[in-house]
Amino acid sequence: MERDGGPTDREEAVLDRIDRLRRRRPRLTDDTVTLAHGAGGKASAALTDSVFLDAFRNPTLEQLGDAGVVELPSGERLAISTDSFVVNPWRFPGGSIGSLAVHGTVNDLAVAGARPAWLTAGFVLEEGFPIADLREVVREMSEAARQAGVEIVTGDTKVVETGAADGIYINTTGVGVVPAGRRLGPELVRPGDKVLLSGTMGDHGVAVMLARGDLHLDADVVSDSAPLGGLVEAILAAAPGTRWLRDATRGGVGTVVNELAASTQLGVVLAEQALPVRPPVAGACDLLGIDPLYVANEGKLVAVVPAAEARSALTAMQAHDCGHDAAVIGEIREDPAGMVLLATTFGGSRVVDMLVGAPLPRIC
Amino acid sequence: VRFVDEFRDPEAARHLVHAIAELAEDAPHRKLMEVCGGHTHTIYRHGLEQLLPPNVELVHGPGCPVCVIPMGRVDDAIHLAERPGVVFTSFGDMMRVPGSGGDSLLAAKARGADVRMVYSPLDALEIARAEPDRQVVFFAVGFETTAPSTAVTLVKAKTFGITNFTAFSNHVVIGPPLQAILGAPDLDLDGFIGPGHVSTVIGTRPYRFVAEDHGKPVVVTGFEPLDILQAVQMLLTQFAEGRCEVENQYTRVVREEGNPRALALLDRVFTLRPHFEWRGMGSLPDSGYGLSEEFADLDAERRFDLPGVRVADPAACQCGEVLVGAIRPWECGVFGTACTPETPIGTCMVSSEGACAAFYTFGRSRHVAVGDDVTALPDDDTALPDGLTAPLPVV
Repeated sequence: MERDGGPTDREEAVLDRIDRLRRRRPRLTDDTVTLAHGAGGKASAALTDSVFLDAFRNPTLEQLGDAGVVELPSGERLAISTDSFVVNPWRFPGGSIGSLAVHGTVNDLAVAGARPAWLTAGFVLEEGFPIADLREVVREMSEAARQAGVEIVTGDTKVVETGAADGIYINTTGVGVVPAGRRLGPELVRPGDKVLLSGTMGDHGVAVMLARGDLHLDADVVSDSAPLGGLVEAILAAAPGTRWLRDATRGGVGTVVNELAASTQLGVVLAEQALPVRPPVAGACDLLGIDPLYVANEGKLVAVVPAAEARSALTAMQAHDCGHDAAVIGEIREDPAGMVLLATTFGGSRVVDMLVGAPLPRIC
Repeated sequence: VRFVDEFRDPEAARHLVHAIAELAEDAPHRKLMEVCGGHTHTIYRHGLEQLLPPNVELVHGPGCPVCVIPMGRVDDAIHLAERPGVVFTSFGDMMRVPGSGGDSLLAAKARGADVRMVYSPLDALEIARAEPDRQVVFFAVGFETTAPSTAVTLVKAKTFGITNFTAFSNHVVIGPPLQAILGAPDLDLDGFIGPGHVSTVIGTRPYRFVAEDHGKPVVVTGFEPLDILQAVQMLLTQFAEGRCEVENQYTRVVREEGNPRALALLDRVFTLRPHFEWRGMGSLPDSGYGLSEEFADLDAERRFDLPGVRVADPAACQCGEVLVGAIRPWECGVFGTACTPETPIGTCMVSSEGACAAFYTFGRSRHVAVGDDVTALPDDDTALPDGLTAPLPVV
């Protein structure tokens, strides 16, 4: 095969076809729900599109944002978000299902530009779950709510038989107020804008995987679970032209930037060298054969900021407790539309695609 | 972790790339096969192909343990997993590999089979110990790299008298597929980036036939990007100096004699099957490990009745040709259309080490020059003062 002068026409044609396929929303082809549908990657997107969006369709939901933003007759805007928490184990270094249930939902509100105000709490408990553990979860929830400045204003409890759930599941729904004049969204993103990340990648996912104990690995990794409302306010004060924010939870930074590329139909180019990862997280990911780009965070956000305001935004992030390790990680480009590229440390580049299936470890 | 960074130093990479370019200048076109799936993954993940001169071409080889498992064996695994009372344990990669009709262990799990992902066969043995009323089967796959850990686990099971544990062995050895590739009439390769992890067990001697009988140099190579660049440099140097040898780039891990204790263990626990079927390559003699007589009672194939049906590879799938380097992933007729990572037809599209999945996932971003540092910020911070909103461009 000739490689001189670049790829052959046939290779080019095949690559173009893949590019087109990549830009399409994924289709649902499965007959049953598998764990991949919950992993936040392509399968999740396919399930959401063809089952939920099809049935519930309305302009607010179609945004597929972390929170739905609705307008009151008075003209005020509310952001509403809901999230269910099923983390196993329910206690891990740096947090618990209780603190996570608060942070996850308030962060979804915060990145929608809202100031989180109220939460609901729904508990699904498995028969046999110790009351002392439940108290501990609730105490951490209440502490996290206090820290995030939200009130838990209503709740619900259900108990199911042994085996019908795994200890404790929590759903929280949050409501926040979007200040007048604040506007964020993919439609505002422009080529030349900078992409910022508020800190290191993968801490939460790796902390939970290690806490499960089935890897028999010891590493000093603590979940980054934290409320991001304060950080968002700091960014918006320093860089009022901020275009778009997203918390990089399930599916990690890689998934979030792919959603950004898909919704803007612009290219996102990341610099591998600039991506912050703590050494023990990088080491654990290497051993497991997974890419920290796809590992969950619970206290990190990705921001798209006009280049002219990027330095202010970065300085504001780094000055905040939740953003010490913030970095400019990339840039928005016209081309390749709808795709994410990574400039590798060696001067090569590669595509960063949506994750397929659950992040499974490689075996050798 | 520092260990890893040391082998990803961009400065060292630039030196190697420069040296490779000099060696390749005015030299003939060279096709080098990287044998391991781990190599393929590193090459794509770090964009190494783009750093090589146009007359140095990397071709992907057969060393992806998931990719070489034929459909019939996956069907057998699903059959085992769906037996009442069985806990079927598997590495994560194998769970998505399609059997016939597109069925998989992941789908069987969704239908209610007790399929559990483990990271080590010892985890499976631990499940057997903790759940004595269940039959725990471990789906053993991999080359000589992972076979010793299966062997250790079987010895432990015997020592501790854990009788509800069995292994379904699909272990394979690396020599026969290399032999098959070298014996192909239309062979078009100049040298090999040899297996790294496998060689920690078997050493570098087993590759001598490649250099001595077939006249192709081999460099046993590690899995970091710098390892691979250095191996390319070493192979090009051999060509330039007219040498044809087995060299060891991965000296920090691989010894010439391998690991004698692991080899002795393999000898005790396994026995080479007369034939084993490989995906796309057909039945290769002395290429697969079954359990030895001593461990017959822990052999899933002997304890359970398996359909053992040979299933032909899907007609459209060209994994076999990809695995022997005859075609590149994108040259397969179904690549990127019917066969994608979401709906894989062939095994090469499943594992992250499979050539097709690596090519599809990381692609080759050939039409975009990344250019300037994308993280550079404008010199002057022209952010507007608080309270003013930057003008929004017109949509």
